[in-house]
Amino acid sequence: MTTAVKPLLRIKELHKSYGDLHVLKNVALDVYPGEVVSIIGASGSGKSTFLRCLNVMEMPQQGFMEFEQFAFDFREGARAQPSPEQLRALRAQIGMVFQNYNLWPHKTVLQNVIEAPMRVLKMPKAQAIAEGEALLSKVGLFDKRHQYPGKLSGGQQQRVAIARALAMKPKVMLFDEATSALDPELVGEVLALIASLAAEGMTMLLVTHEIAFARDVASRVLFFDQGTIAEDGPPETVLRNPRNERLRQFLKRILHEDITPSAAEKAQ
Amino acid sequence: MNQLYNDIQLYGAGFMEAAWLVLLITVATIALSWVFGLLAVLGKRSDWLPLRAIASFYVWFIRGTPALIQVFIIYFGLPQLGLNPSPFLAGVIALGLNSGAYVAEIIRSGLLAIPKGQFESSQALGMSHPETMVRIVLPQVFRIILPPLTNEAIAALKNTSLLSTITVVDLTLYAQTIISTTFRPFQFFIATAVIYLVLTTLLTQLSSWMERRQLRLS
Repeated sequence: MTTAVKPLLRIKELHKSYGDLHVLKNVALDVYPGEVVSIIGASGSGKSTFLRCLNVMEMPQQGFMEFEQFAFDFREGARAQPSPEQLRALRAQIGMVFQNYNLWPHKTVLQNVIEAPMRVLKMPKAQAIAEGEALLSKVGLFDKRHQYPGKLSGGQQQRVAIARALAMKPKVMLFDEATSALDPELVGEVLALIASLAAEGMTMLLVTHEIAFARDVASRVLFFDQGTIAEDGPPETVLRNPRNERLRQFLKRILHEDITPSAAEKAQ
Repeated sequence: MNQLYNDIQLYGAGFMEAAWLVLLITVATIALSWVFGLLAVLGKRSDWLPLRAIASFYVWFIRGTPALIQVFIIYFGLPQLGLNPSPFLAGVIALGLNSGAYVAEIIRSGLLAIPKGQFESSQALGMSHPETMVRIVLPQVFRIILPPLTNEAIAALKNTSLLSTITVVDLTLYAQTIISTTFRPFQFFIATAVIYLVLTTLLTQLSSWMERRQLRLS
């Protein structure tokens, strides 16, 4: 990427603590349009917390954030502290996919997908349905549109959750361990969908344990360690020739105990 | 057999009327209890301390005192403040307040049963807190609490008999009136019990029909 391209998302001096526990320590990150950023790291390294700070599901104690029309200063009492309205507007432009899908069980697949566009974007119902059905076709679940989530497999539920996030036409997608709760044989279909979104140029950040996926699909890999970004670079550099000793140990741990990283993570 | 026929001829219509009144009081009580229950839950979850205190006091007071005393406080106490509700109105308010405290606890437990992820996924899509509650959380809470709500509705129905003490001509007072002239308490109290049983069974049936309907939906 050239320096002339403006970052889509810019984070500076980000700090997050829970009581005495300093989870994120002065994190900075620029994400450029179209980048696919894989975030790896041991549990407790702060990677999920960081992801959740990006749509301010977690409110940082300190830090600056620039995204689209928003410029936030998270310090207490700062004039640019985000208002609740700004936060809703921000989140409407940032899609998030959770480990446990978090579909709404009392709504059908299609209702799950059209709810937010209708409520938040005030989209007319007919348009929301048309776009929702198109998205469900895209994720291969058009046939299931009138089913309830409880009737679907984990992989299918996660694909619906992705369609639900995409229905808001987000500028960036966040995946928080999107395949960690899935049975091993269902991981592939979700990863394939994420890879196809990446190929379309969707900007995304993924907290993942799928090292192979990070290697093959990501354009950039971040290694979180003790609340900071310890490594940042293209996958071939970060994953094949890790300079950081702790990253070397981390990769050894999750790659050597088992052939598939997800299974190794689950076994822990 | 002949006597039963005569009794039904003589008192059947009166029992029907009293049963109808019981049903009316029950429906009004349930509606009111949901309002009070929801308000109490909102109060308990409020950021404002006085509101939390009022809601907690309400639930604590109601659950810790007999329903009959609460009925007396409303019916005999309010006139001292210059308010003169009819027995029916005073009864419905008292029973509604009573049931509301229990409904509040039921709703609260239902809310606790909703996984955090349900709130988070709505929040992450840019939905406001009220939208999340109305569209996503409360419909799920209602499913979870339907069985305990049914129990509470049955309790409310049976509690209507307390209003016989404040001159509401419900099933209980009607039966007592007849018995005072016929001197046959056994027959008429059993008849009264059977009518209560029919009413509570109807309520249970209604509730299980709703539950089945929801099961089909999800």
